[in-house]
Amino acid sequence: MSELLNNLLFLPESASTFAERVDLLHHFVVVTTIVMSLGTGLAALFMFFRYRRRTPAQATEYVVPTLKTEFLFVSVPLVFFLAWFGIGFRDFTWVTTPPKDSMDVYVMGKQWMWKFSYPEGPNGVNVLHVPANRPVRLLITSRDVLHSFYVPAFRIKMDALPGRYTQIWFEATKPGTYQVLCTEYCGLSHSKMLAEVVVLPQEEYDNWIKEQRRGRLQDRQDALADTSLVPPVARMVEQGQVLAGTQGCLKCHSVDGSQHIGPTFLGMYDRVEKLDDGQQIRVDEAYITQSMMDPGAHLVSGYQNVMPTYQGKLQGPETAAIVEYIKSLRTPAVREGASEGPAYDPIQ
Amino acid sequence: MTPSSSLDTAGAAPHGEHHDHHPNYLVDGTTIKSWLLTVDHKRIGLMFLFWVLLFFLVGGIFALLIRIELLTPGPTIMDAMTYNRTFTLHGLVMIFLFMIPAIPAVFGNFMLPLMLGAKDVAFPRLNLASLYIYLAGAVIALWGMLNGGLDTGWTFYTPYSTHTTTTVAPVLFGAFIIGFSSIATGINFIVTCHTMRAPGITWFKMPLFVWAIYATSCIQVLATPVIGLLLVLVTVENLFSFGMFDPARGGDPVLFQHLFWFYSHPAVYIMVLPAFGVMSEVVSTFSRKNIFGYRAVAYSSLGIAFVGFFAWGHHMFVSGQSTFDAGVFGVLTMLVGVFTAIKVFNWIGTVYKGAVDFKTPFAYFCGFLFFTVFGGMTGIALGTVSLDVPWHDTYFVVAHFHFIMVGATIMAFLAALHYWFPKMFGRTYHEGWGLVSAALIILGFNATFIPQFLLGNNGMPRRYYDYPERFQALNVASTAGASLLAFGFIIIALYLAYALVYGKAAGKNPWRSKGYEWQSESPPPTHNFVGPQPTFPEEPHFYVDPKKAEVPDAV
Repeated sequence: MSELLNNLLFLPESASTFAERVDLLHHFVVVTTIVMSLGTGLAALFMFFRYRRRTPAQATEYVVPTLKTEFLFVSVPLVFFLAWFGIGFRDFTWVTTPPKDSMDVYVMGKQWMWKFSYPEGPNGVNVLHVPANRPVRLLITSRDVLHSFYVPAFRIKMDALPGRYTQIWFEATKPGTYQVLCTEYCGLSHSKMLAEVVVLPQEEYDNWIKEQRRGRLQDRQDALADTSLVPPVARMVEQGQVLAGTQGCLKCHSVDGSQHIGPTFLGMYDRVEKLDDGQQIRVDEAYITQSMMDPGAHLVSGYQNVMPTYQGKLQGPETAAIVEYIKSLRTPAVREGASEGPAYDPIQ
Repeated sequence: MTPSSSLDTAGAAPHGEHHDHHPNYLVDGTTIKSWLLTVDHKRIGLMFLFWVLLFFLVGGIFALLIRIELLTPGPTIMDAMTYNRTFTLHGLVMIFLFMIPAIPAVFGNFMLPLMLGAKDVAFPRLNLASLYIYLAGAVIALWGMLNGGLDTGWTFYTPYSTHTTTTVAPVLFGAFIIGFSSIATGINFIVTCHTMRAPGITWFKMPLFVWAIYATSCIQVLATPVIGLLLVLVTVENLFSFGMFDPARGGDPVLFQHLFWFYSHPAVYIMVLPAFGVMSEVVSTFSRKNIFGYRAVAYSSLGIAFVGFFAWGHHMFVSGQSTFDAGVFGVLTMLVGVFTAIKVFNWIGTVYKGAVDFKTPFAYFCGFLFFTVFGGMTGIALGTVSLDVPWHDTYFVVAHFHFIMVGATIMAFLAALHYWFPKMFGRTYHEGWGLVSAALIILGFNATFIPQFLLGNNGMPRRYYDYPERFQALNVASTAGASLLAFGFIIIALYLAYALVYGKAAGKNPWRSKGYEWQSESPPPTHNFVGPQPTFPEEPHFYVDPKKAEVPDAV
């Protein structure tokens, strides 16, 4: 039944856990919509026939609805719409809340290509390798204008904004190759901004990662030929450590927990900080990035607003490297194996 | 109150003898100057009709060029840059120069004073000014689009619009000026409704078309300044590199989207609310029946105008806004659907126990009903947050807004044109051709946009010059539908042009309508009504059989 509907409605292959959820609601909504439109249409057609005019000057009865009728007109659609919304919002919360044990990949949109970098080292342009049956969190940003990362087979999409990280996650269910499209109009070659996701079984993925770390000769030659596209293979954390030194971060932020001009980097990631205005904020990639670009936006309580902005001084990959460096300064509690589903954080 | 049946013999034109002494507005002054400097709302409405139709033709030609380009993957008839400019021009012309003024500026202008028993709108000179402001804005915007062109899409999203090398400034400035025309028209209608109602026309005796125009005008006056100022900010940013929306200078591109949709989402209701109003008139006249729930339909117009302001965030579910915001805007979006449902059910209720005369305007009502229900419900589907994630910015959205915003409005525009044609020009058109072209247009519209819903399901993003092979079959189907649609419009243009010159005299009230506007001559004299100011003892849309009449108390 579901397969048949998918074909009738031209839905692409469904290859992620989110896709299965979306398709179920999709069928419910589309079937209700078609039944409703045809229902109103046929009721109207019937009445046009039943109550056709018989004499040119025919007058009619005075018919007005009772309050009960009007109430019915309001409540029936409202019940359906709220049901759709309820299911849809639950699923949306699910897809915007990555599981704690998900694997991270940084995604950067740039006119007109997608760049992927893994905290473990390898980079890629227009090809994203991920393991099957493992949650993958995408941290998405843009180098220039707005883009939007869309994988029809996974039913996921998220805008890429310059100077900011957005996130979405997915768990691919079937090994294979899936198309990535850009859905936010970004200029001349918008429709050519294509990439693909290669989903590999875990073992093959591990091999792929190993091979990337070793650095095949071919890759090194490519890297030499076009350094702008493929930065030399290195761990992002190490890059971040170097950058934190050269950009002057460490002049104010300690990495051993000691007090200084700014909050210490040690254990900062995922910590809940109290802000000047009494609110609390969880330190995630988005907050760290925002604090680099607009330091005064959410000032941690007890610190002066003295940090200069790094807007325009750091490029997307450099921001990502520093974020990864800060993330590394904690005791990681990464679980292995299959996901247990998302861990819900309170909605900020 | 005794229901009067005097209008049933209205075809006999009892006031015909006054004709010579009170020339109709079309022949009262025949010099070019008497048209260009007129302050008669009917002549201004006609001039708006001329320009609006011209821009519809321009936008339509560009729509066809887009469809031909998308017939095959890869370059078909133009290069990528030309394509990007073409869809921008199509969107801008259709929205700012056609859809927004189409019904209010043409039929609102022409009918509103007639329906209120007034001699003219409240500010006749402002009314004329709004025509020229509209034209000035159109000329500047079109000049910019043809000289250099604009490739941002009609949404002008930053930072692309502040970085592109194409000429953004004149087009935005043109759109900014057109906004003033919209505001002026809106204020004029609001004041007219408040101050110019004939004795006896209380708020709840206003025809539903007037209610719809009133609600629309409120949106225009409140929302248009926001887009006006936004366009100025983007122009300044583009010309002088200000940093409002540019993250490289500390600005926020999402702020642009908030401001943009704060206008542009209510703008959708600027387009469809008047359409709803037209349909209330048409369904009542052609089924000879009082409106099923008059107050519910009137209030729901205000309801849509109100909640329409609180739904803009559903355009930004995947823009990185918070999950909580997505929930709030999702729920508020549902409310618009509920208000629309009230209208749809009450229109169908109006046909119940009516006396349906299946004339051309009624054929458009049928098409309208389908487009509104299907287009509206796909809108609610898009407001369902998790479904919007895959659908956002794909052809599903394109198909959805063409169904509700374009389909419903075009149906109403054509219904209004056919319904009021005898009133405006005093002549009738060929009914057979009317029905044939209505069938063609409804069929063509479905054939164009239903494949686009499926394209969106399949994942084709909008604003794509080129597309992967697997999308081709549905694109071919869509283009075929578009040509059918174009063919329908050509037929309409031909028989209406013929009717304008050779059509039979319509008589005062060819539809035997009880609408207030039909109590005047067709075409109406310059000051709308001959003799003393008319009074309207009956409630609007009142077709009750005097023999069977349980005359209603105040409803």
